[in-house]
Amino acid sequence: MGVLVFVENVEDELAAQALTFARGIGDGAVAPVTISGDYAPAAWGQTLADIATERSLDAVVAAGTERGNEVLAHAAAILDQPFSANTTAFTPGSPPTVTRVRWGGSLLEEAVLHASTPLMTVAPHAVVPDGNPVAAETVAPSHHALAVAPTKRVGATSTDVSLQDAPVVVSGGRGVGSAEGFAIIEELAGLLGGAVGCSRAVTSAGWRPHTDQVGQTGTKVAPDLYIACGISGATQHMAGCKGAKKLLAINADGEASIFAHADYGVIGDLHEILPAIAAEIRKPRGA
Amino acid sequence: MNVLVCVKRVPLTGGRITLTDDQRALSTKHLGFTVSPHEECAVEEAVQIIEREGGTVTVLTLGPSEAEEQLRDMMAIGADRAIHLVSDEEWDAQGTAAAIVAAIQGDETAHELILFGNESADAGNYQVAIRVAHALQRPVITGVKALAFDLDPAHPRAICEQEVAGGRDVYEVPLPAVVAVKEGINLPRYPSVPGRLRATRKPVDASSPPRPAAQLEMVRLVLPPDSGKQVQVLGRGPEAAPAVVEILGELGVL
Ligand SMILES: Cc1cc2nc3c(=O)[nH]c(=O)nc-3n(C[C@H](O)[C@H](O)[C@H](O)COP(=O)(O)OP(=O)(O)OC[C@H]3O[C@@H](n4cnc5c(N)ncnc54)[C@H](O)[C@@H]3O)c2cc1C
Repeated sequence: MGVLVFVENVEDELAAQALTFARGIGDGAVAPVTISGDYAPAAWGQTLADIATERSLDAVVAAGTERGNEVLAHAAAILDQPFSANTTAFTPGSPPTVTRVRWGGSLLEEAVLHASTPLMTVAPHAVVPDGNPVAAETVAPSHHALAVAPTKRVGATSTDVSLQDAPVVVSGGRGVGSAEGFAIIEELAGLLGGAVGCSRAVTSAGWRPHTDQVGQTGTKVAPDLYIACGISGATQHMAGCKGAKKLLAINADGEASIFAHADYGVIGDLHEILPAIAAEIRKPRGA
Repeated sequence: MNVLVCVKRVPLTGGRITLTDDQRALSTKHLGFTVSPHEECAVEEAVQIIEREGGTVTVLTLGPSEAEEQLRDMMAIGADRAIHLVSDEEWDAQGTAAAIVAAIQGDETAHELILFGNESADAGNYQVAIRVAHALQRPVITGVKALAFDLDPAHPRAICEQEVAGGRDVYEVPLPAVVAVKEGINLPRYPSVPGRLRATRKPVDASSPPRPAAQLEMVRLVLPPDSGKQVQVLGRGPEAAPAVVEILGELGVL
């Protein structure tokens, strides 16, 4: 069983995970490829479809990144095969079964894959890399009549600590109460060298831009510490922060779901608690 | 411009998910329903486009008869009409894409733009928009966070910005096209009372297509193991501050 593996970037940890998954689904034979030139999803999907057909490969695998999912969806459409996005496990058989992620990770699905050439992306961090080096053959893209490629790159690469990479994220929810209320969230984030995050209740109210939103339809973060202030802990919010090493929840309601996901908790009004924490941090050490 | 927007009814799950006894669905007895944020933004974008350029917005869903509630919600924020493919069954992405294509077949030119949410909130298959685009032989862009148009009659184009690490990639695609958007592209409006009233009178074209055999066939749903965390309560109110700062010190984040 030969498995075609689409590698976006050999340096990426997720590529190592996808290769490990691919080696595990058959007899270990894998054909990792990267595609040269500018990103062009339809053409790249055609490339994978062509290689899978020419080399009679049995399955196509990639990391469950935006591009991994996009390119495999194109290949699946071209090959008219099912595609299991964000897969966590594969059980061989005729037909094989897969386990895959739903609801941004809050739920798993077991499914039968009725495919002659199964296509799968691997959910991030579902697999521990086997330690083999990641190398890939570079192939030229195939032609696809409907291919479009980006014409330019725009946009701010901001100098602020980015939400995705921040070691600490201080996040506010509806409990913060207003846009102005975020001053104390910003202050604590500043003191901890962290970034400000928020829940969807906050972006929907227009208190913060959507770029600050953590969750299933926002940014997924995995900081050393996530401080959730006035956030109830809805599954869709947790989908974005469950990768945090430690979670501190500050909530007026001691029964809030967020405490079931928290390592540390403080019960009470965040408008009193956050300024007290900031004042405590500012106290001279050893005093 | 005439825009078709495809949406899906999903439960508002709240703090925890509970499954039905047969483990094939979420237990929704006590839950409300919504369309995913990505799709709500797609409808808002479509409404803004026709407010600027003129035209109509059609919203389409494949789902149970109750999904008419979501179609009315979307018509309340400005969609003109709806197509309801009624089915109580679970459809896979291939079947869903084929049903959407069949529903607009013969009428493809009526929609210069077909909008989707980037991925559905529940199944998260990341592929229906792409399959529909291939079937209709149209270009498709996903992950779109900004959408503009150059409607030069000879070469009408959509200008799409896709968020990537370090900025935004700009794609220029000829119309007709398929575009999958993400939440953040706009801030959807709330329906007004007159909007809700108007929505009750807008047309819904309902039909019940047969479901093809699923190629990715869901067998059962499983809850992931819970975090197993036991929260350590550091205190109540501002008096907890010293205990919090001690923990921050232990975690090395001060
Ligand atoms: C498909 C889908 C995708 C979604 N994606 C996301 C997403 O990406 N991100 C996201 O966040 N949500 C998302 N949601 C919405 C999610 O379901 C919740 O509605 C949202 O997370 C709630 O935000 P919240 O916790 O701030 O508000 P609430 O649920 O209203 O909670 C507010 C909390 O603040 C506490 N509180 C109030 N006042 C105070 C005070 N003075 N001091 C301390 N605590 C106080 C309350 O006890 C309560 O626990 C999504 C929903 C759906 C259906």
